[in-house]
Amino acid sequence: MAAPLLSMQGITKSFPGVKALRSVDLALHAGEVLALVGENGAGKSTLIKVLGGAHLPDQGTLAFDGEVRQINSPVDGRNAGVGIIYQEFNLVPQLTARENIFLGQEKTRFGCFSRQREHDAALALFKRVGVAVDPEALCGDLSVAQQQVVEIAKALSVEAKIIVMDEPSATLTPQEVERLFAVMRELKSQGIGIIYVSHRLEEIFEICDRVSVMRDGTGVGEATIADINREQLIEMMVGRKLDKEFPPRATQPGKERLVVEGLNRGTAVRDVSFSVREGEILALAGLVGAGRTETARLIFGADKRDSGTIALDGRILDIQHPRQAIANEIGLLTEDRKAQGLILGQSLRENFALPNLDAFSRFGFVAEGNEKVAFGGFVESLRIKTPSQEQLAGNLSGGNQQKVVLAKWLQRNCDVIIFDEPTRGIDVGAKYEIYVLMNELAAQGKAIIMISSELPEILGMADRILVMHEGRVTGEISDMPNATQQMIMELAVQ
Amino acid sequence: MKRFFADYGMIFALLVLGVLFSWLTWDEQHPTGASGGRQLGKMIVKQTTQQQRIVVLARDGAEDRAFTEELAAQLAGKREIVAIIHGSPQDARKRIDQMLTEGSVDLLACTPAVSTWPMLSSLPQLSEIPVLSPEPYHWPNFLKADNLLNVANQIVVIAVLAIGMTLVIITAGIDLSVGSLLALAAVASTWLIRDAAGGEAAGTLGVVLCCLAAIALAAAVGLFSGAMVTGFNIPPFIVTLAMMLVASGLAYTMAGGQSIYQVPDSFAWLGRGTALGSIPNSVVLMILLYIIAHVMMSKTVLGRYIYAIGGNLEAARLSGVPVKRVILLVYLLNGALAGLGGIITASQLKSGAPTYGIMYELYVIAAVVVGGTSLMGGQGKIFGTLIGAFIIAVIQNGMNLTGVGSYMQKVVLGFVILAAVLLDTLKRRGTLNLGKLFASKTA
Repeated sequence: MAAPLLSMQGITKSFPGVKALRSVDLALHAGEVLALVGENGAGKSTLIKVLGGAHLPDQGTLAFDGEVRQINSPVDGRNAGVGIIYQEFNLVPQLTARENIFLGQEKTRFGCFSRQREHDAALALFKRVGVAVDPEALCGDLSVAQQQVVEIAKALSVEAKIIVMDEPSATLTPQEVERLFAVMRELKSQGIGIIYVSHRLEEIFEICDRVSVMRDGTGVGEATIADINREQLIEMMVGRKLDKEFPPRATQPGKERLVVEGLNRGTAVRDVSFSVREGEILALAGLVGAGRTETARLIFGADKRDSGTIALDGRILDIQHPRQAIANEIGLLTEDRKAQGLILGQSLRENFALPNLDAFSRFGFVAEGNEKVAFGGFVESLRIKTPSQEQLAGNLSGGNQQKVVLAKWLQRNCDVIIFDEPTRGIDVGAKYEIYVLMNELAAQGKAIIMISSELPEILGMADRILVMHEGRVTGEISDMPNATQQMIMELAVQ
Repeated sequence: MKRFFADYGMIFALLVLGVLFSWLTWDEQHPTGASGGRQLGKMIVKQTTQQQRIVVLARDGAEDRAFTEELAAQLAGKREIVAIIHGSPQDARKRIDQMLTEGSVDLLACTPAVSTWPMLSSLPQLSEIPVLSPEPYHWPNFLKADNLLNVANQIVVIAVLAIGMTLVIITAGIDLSVGSLLALAAVASTWLIRDAAGGEAAGTLGVVLCCLAAIALAAAVGLFSGAMVTGFNIPPFIVTLAMMLVASGLAYTMAGGQSIYQVPDSFAWLGRGTALGSIPNSVVLMILLYIIAHVMMSKTVLGRYIYAIGGNLEAARLSGVPVKRVILLVYLLNGALAGLGGIITASQLKSGAPTYGIMYELYVIAAVVVGGTSLMGGQGKIFGTLIGAFIIAVIQNGMNLTGVGSYMQKVVLGFVILAAVLLDTLKRRGTLNLGKLFASKTA
């Protein structure tokens, strides 16, 4: 058998105070899609950064086509044929697709770059990928999926033989994911090896050939996809048996609490009306850009609505700013925790206290002691894993960050809690804990709105589903035992 | 402990500078004034017997008067002072000759400067009489109380402006107009005193009201900048650059391009007066303002809000922070503090001129940055800024004492600012963990 495309052996990497990787082995063959899975903090990102040359390993070797090479910098990585597509793209939005592809390696003629040669080369690359993108379109104007294609073309332009994709599907719609898979199959057929990092298990079973599982900085196992099922894979990832992905629900929704009527904002939200009952989890389903997040932001006062009324327990609320929503005990867990939910450079305690300072202060002075006692309670009850309350929010894993954001609103004892993509970027174990918390909140009689792009999550958690498309509500599914992913998708794509 | 070092690591830079300049300015010191008199008095009591007749010699001037008064107080009831002579060598010689005709003189006590008069050893009638003066000792010029007060006096205006700038920078903003606001307030206050409160004959109340009005004017300009920033999302850099021109132009117009010096003596109370011992009133005010600002930033809801806005504006807004109101208030406070800086400057110089405060915005920003506040917002400490301001002042003062030219001083200062920011960047990246370093050593 030929030497593998890539063979990483005994990779060890320590950071101050943390052993991120302990003797990890990984092999990738030509024309293979290898899934790299594991909970957050398992070491996947570090391993990828070692491969790409962003981190130097303390020990271990990397061999490409059987030949051991030192990868000391991202340039070495590129020269060894490694192309990495990070979750946050490395594209300059003000430049065109063509300019981005050839950034730093412009095709020149007589010292000047040749637009025509680059244009032709870009077209050829897009043809290889199998997707037509206008090379002269500004990257800032392209959709997320198109930008991803540009990234792939950029990797191919330097003759990458190994392409690493870090959570490529996280921000894609189902159709776009399908197109991405087509691209991946095309690359496979050209003999390129792909490392696919994802939390979405169904995708792994659809596109990958083999899976390599990491836990706590070590490789805990490898399997051929055909030989393994979903439960076994989850078990490998979390290191214990998970009986269920979703906790059982036993609440009976009561009277109507939140009633939204005729919400409008430009073309993003059009005439949206619905209600959420006591103890009910209402899911908002739909594609990215269908207006779900926008609706939530209108209810929370984060954006100004053109028209519409919001009423809680029969009382019409005047919500123009988040402050007013918060004063009326509405809480929002944003989809992007890092950009909108937390102040990463501040301590957990300060983050927790921010919307609650009215209760934690006297005459404008903050009572830190009260904060500590209150937050201490949540650290315990929500099982937030942190060395101390003074830890910076940016140092926590996604699941624990989400718990801190949740604690902010629990302290206020919010009546309405909106979860926007509550488990995005959160590992399997922590997901379950978040689900349990959501159920507990519902059991306390709160009205819960959950926005999610993960259909199994919607089917597993919701009491009722509202599907949106292009800013409008296109359907409601309330017969949950018989609901299917197909029913949701039909309403979502129209 | 660890946190303290991480937050105030710059205090070590200040200490190092202090030690460096102390070493460079190590010099022979001759005790003068009251302290010289005290030292000499003790020396005389120790070295002489009770019956001796003592003549005290000194020049004219306040310092020498303090010397003789203190010496007389030290010797009162213990020794007999037959005469205290102030004046030139000629005066002294006449008086001593006269005294020698009346009786013997056993000891001449004099200031260090007087002890070097040639006549003391050359005149036959004096050569027999022992001469005592305070003994010289070694001490750095840098660490002399006068010099340290001088440093504080020099930096007080920049330090006051830097409080407001720290708040602005913590919200991830910047204010380039503070130097011009300083000039505007200085001119406005003196203009009002001259034209509305009676000029040199103005009463205290009138002066205070005029100063408050000038501060209010600067605060209003700050508020306007804040309104432009929050209302129209114009970058603070641009807004305050424009206001820098506006405020400066207004100051020149109001003053007609001239200095205004028709102010009463009481106007200098803040800048030159000393109500508490020998510490200038402006320095006392500065310390008070720093304490208030520190408490505000570390203990109050407002402080939390300011840090939160700089750390992540959107997250703060979605957590119910009244973002716009807080930013407006920060720019208003910054304007008011710049105005106060103008009053202090005008009071120090007892006049108002539109040329005050030129380039101050850069020194103020430098002090804030050297003090460890991040230009990215969300992080920074009030006392860090005070340390930053003092680092700049100490470097300038130390270079003055060691004879570095003022042009070269700018070069050095520029590199110091760069070094401070570099240090901060390395610390943030974790390449250099000052906190850890010192914590492990002090543990």
